[in-house]
Amino acid sequence: MDYGFTTAAYVVAAILFILSLGGLSGQESAKRAVWYGIVGMGLAIVATLMGPGAGNWFLSLLMIAGGGAIGYVVAQRVQMTEMPQLVAAMHSLVGLAAVFVGFNADLELSRVLAMEPSARVGLEGFAALLAKKTAVEISILRVEVFLGVFIGAVTFTGSVVAFGKLAGKVNTTAKKLPGGHLLNAGAAIGSVILGVMYFNDAGIWTLVAMTLLAFFIGYHLIMGIGGADMPVVVSMLNSYSGWAAAAIGFSLGNDLLIVVGALVGSSGAILSYIMCKAMNRSFISVILGGFGGTSGPQMEVTGEQIAIDTEGVAAALNEADSIIIIPGYGMAVAQAQQSVSELTRKLRAKGKTVRFAIHPVAGRLPGHMNVLLAEAKVPYDIVLEMDEINEDFPSTDVAIVIGSNDIVNPAAQEDPNSPIAGMPVLECWKAKQVFVSKRGQGTGYSGIENPLFYKDNTRMFYGDAKKSLDALLPLID
Amino acid sequence: MKIGAPKELFEGENRVAMTPDSAIQLIKLGHTCVIETGAGAKAGFSDASYEKAGVEVVPSAAALYDAADVVVKVRGPEADEARLLKSGQTLISFFWPAQNADLLAQIAGQGATAVAMDMVPRISRAQKMDALSSMANIAGYRAVIEAGNNFGRFFTGQVTAAGKVPPAKVLVVGAGVAGLAAIGTATSLGAIVNAFDVRPEVAEQIESMGANFVFLEFDASELPDGAATGGYAAPSSPAFAAKQLAKFRELAPEMDIVITTALIPGRPAPKLWTADMVQMMKPGSVIIDLAAERGGNCDLTVPDQKIVTDNGVTVVGYTDFPSRMAAQSSTLYSNNIRHMLADLTPKKDGVIAHNMEDDVIRGATVTHAGAVTYPPPPPKIAAIAAAKPKPKAVELTPAEKRAQEVAAFKTQTRNQVSLLAVGTVLLLGLGLVAPASFMQHFIVFVLAVFIGFQVIWNVSHSLHTPLMAITNAISSIIILGALMQIGSGSYLVILLAALSVFMAGINIFGGFLVTRRMLAMFQKS
Repeated sequence: MDYGFTTAAYVVAAILFILSLGGLSGQESAKRAVWYGIVGMGLAIVATLMGPGAGNWFLSLLMIAGGGAIGYVVAQRVQMTEMPQLVAAMHSLVGLAAVFVGFNADLELSRVLAMEPSARVGLEGFAALLAKKTAVEISILRVEVFLGVFIGAVTFTGSVVAFGKLAGKVNTTAKKLPGGHLLNAGAAIGSVILGVMYFNDAGIWTLVAMTLLAFFIGYHLIMGIGGADMPVVVSMLNSYSGWAAAAIGFSLGNDLLIVVGALVGSSGAILSYIMCKAMNRSFISVILGGFGGTSGPQMEVTGEQIAIDTEGVAAALNEADSIIIIPGYGMAVAQAQQSVSELTRKLRAKGKTVRFAIHPVAGRLPGHMNVLLAEAKVPYDIVLEMDEINEDFPSTDVAIVIGSNDIVNPAAQEDPNSPIAGMPVLECWKAKQVFVSKRGQGTGYSGIENPLFYKDNTRMFYGDAKKSLDALLPLID
Repeated sequence: MKIGAPKELFEGENRVAMTPDSAIQLIKLGHTCVIETGAGAKAGFSDASYEKAGVEVVPSAAALYDAADVVVKVRGPEADEARLLKSGQTLISFFWPAQNADLLAQIAGQGATAVAMDMVPRISRAQKMDALSSMANIAGYRAVIEAGNNFGRFFTGQVTAAGKVPPAKVLVVGAGVAGLAAIGTATSLGAIVNAFDVRPEVAEQIESMGANFVFLEFDASELPDGAATGGYAAPSSPAFAAKQLAKFRELAPEMDIVITTALIPGRPAPKLWTADMVQMMKPGSVIIDLAAERGGNCDLTVPDQKIVTDNGVTVVGYTDFPSRMAAQSSTLYSNNIRHMLADLTPKKDGVIAHNMEDDVIRGATVTHAGAVTYPPPPPKIAAIAAAKPKPKAVELTPAEKRAQEVAAFKTQTRNQVSLLAVGTVLLLGLGLVAPASFMQHFIVFVLAVFIGFQVIWNVSHSLHTPLMAITNAISSIIILGALMQIGSGSYLVILLAALSVFMAGINIFGGFLVTRRMLAMFQKS
């Protein structure tokens, strides 16, 4: 097959990918959109296998089949609460693949350059492409390879650490080696120096050394970021994996890689932006870790956290007409989504209005809560975004906070000196009554006292979320 | 410890300080309970129901005082009752220590401890034992019911086949607990409710209950600070009082029902509804004076009596509203008592530890260990602070709004144009140095980023996780690079390419399948 066919197939695939992302604007069209993506990917692979440069079909298909089998099993078995770590793990694979492909490009380049001009005539595929390049183009190629490998390497170790943190295998608190960000800066400068040497034909060792430095940067950067900032981290890594693919696309001269890399890169960038905005923090401050400085002493929280027993919650729920549930990471940890769903079903069966309010950074992954609730068969049309529901709290009888803390902290609005001042929060305290299901009297991830727990209309429903809800269920009649 | 509740001696008092339900809770705290026979009868609790709850019933007050370690009551003790108290015994009841200094000295002399429910400090932690509030709540409700009983018309406006009925107009003066309860009751009956209070910070509470706040023009400096008096009202300046009365005079002819609840701690009730205002009101109107016990807010109030004026206005001066709803008020009061005892029994082992370091217990205890401990030192925690009135947002004129919109549009345009200009210059600069083959790809890249941004903004928030999974799957497009390299001559290249294909394969299948699984779960109701 010739070059024209492959290019045509790539155009179709690119359009399918764009439609596939665009289709995610609604739950129903999304079901169709995923098929566009699958067909696009299939088309791209087939076209590449049949196009110029591909060889070793047997090995290619074997590898795809092997990887596919693993992917299939993982996709079937994964728990919805484990989605964040799965996504992180998949990012790391893309990152590592980018590093390998980048290395290959360099190896091929040196192989081709070592050949006599007469010997180059017989080359095929990628090597043939390389053989035609002028000196300027080869320098540009090196920049592209360098960038692709660098971003890929940062993505790889960063995602591995993020996976570890999300899966609970690595301590989720922010940790930095002595030297902090200076170490990162040093490694970045070292990479640049190695890069300059690499552009000047210093050999492949510079590329390898730079990769090691980039591995370190990825590791150290993500180690320094705490658990609740993971939504930003994961979407940032998502973005990086896209940019890495785009950079590799440049070095290989493959437009489809460029298009898809750019789509994925901008998608991740937008997600990171949305997450940062939802926390009212700049991207830089999230990545560099820690909360911004405060301008004065925080407001003192006075009062008492008043506990309530299961019977009290049940009585209030039985009397309420409108209820809003605010789930957070704690719900995922306690695996309470099924109980929440059952509670919702029972309350709705009694003719009560039950809705869910989802903060953009609830959970450890953008949209994490939506997926968990969907898995537990909560209808998606009662699951609302913060902006859609925030105005309805004053007319709500009962708000139930399950395992969230900072996203319902009134200090963000009331205390200008609070570290989270200005962060958009769910105004659940405006409901007539608030129940907070929580393990104990601790502060949230950010270590900020939550005045919500001390409000007159708030009652603390202590205990494991799942156990508390299961005890509550028989009392709703 | 043994907790005992005697029969109330005060004439017309129907309440009781212990109900079968509260007794069950007290027994859970490790105490035993005893009650005088017939103590709960007027509130609707029979001796049998107490016995069922595990309470011992004794035949006389003397036997009860003899048996109990802690005596719980509603009204403060009569002199005869106080004499029955023994050294070491604890009495919990309303007490009004400021007015009952002799009684205080007598009990201290007998060595008994007295805890005054009316002295519980007004801090959040103590709300559960704030009997003044729980009784005021009932009084506010009952005031409206009593008013309806004496008012010859509907509360709610109706248009019936027989004709149109206007809604009743209610004015509530003083938006404390009783006032707010009255507002809530009256609005839910359908009346048009106006409410007034000298503390501007309660305007929000009044409006949240569905009433109109009667707004008075005044200088904020004329007002006393509500927080300094524990959240209660303080006497107002003569100038302010005059303005207030002028406002009431303006309202009086329109109002059908007036409920006054204004009290200032430690002083006689302020006269707010003067005789001439009553004169202005329509025949058939009703005034309920909840401050009657302290002299009344209305000039014509006669405590404990209902009178009808010459112009046909009914003035109700009952002082026993909570007692008129004895079942409800006994339930709430006994719960207040129960919470107080829970605080006095921190270990829930039935042993009372009278911790005089505790703000609430210290504040409420008026005699202890043979000494009078009234008045208490100021509490360590300040009372609920008054919210400072918020400055009102300045309303913009349409012209100003328009100007703002134009300015916003201009800055937006300027931003966009400058961004475009900078972008174009950068692109042109790059185009000058980069070779054509690079620029071709670069244009594709820029357009793809552009499309990506346009498309992704439309993705629904709830589908962000599927979005990440699907972008993950398609970023494995890097497999194309590996597939092109796998046909190379070098074994190292083949190995690395094969590994890349393998990893990308995991991602493609894993990513798409998990997305499909997730999307299938999203169901409409």
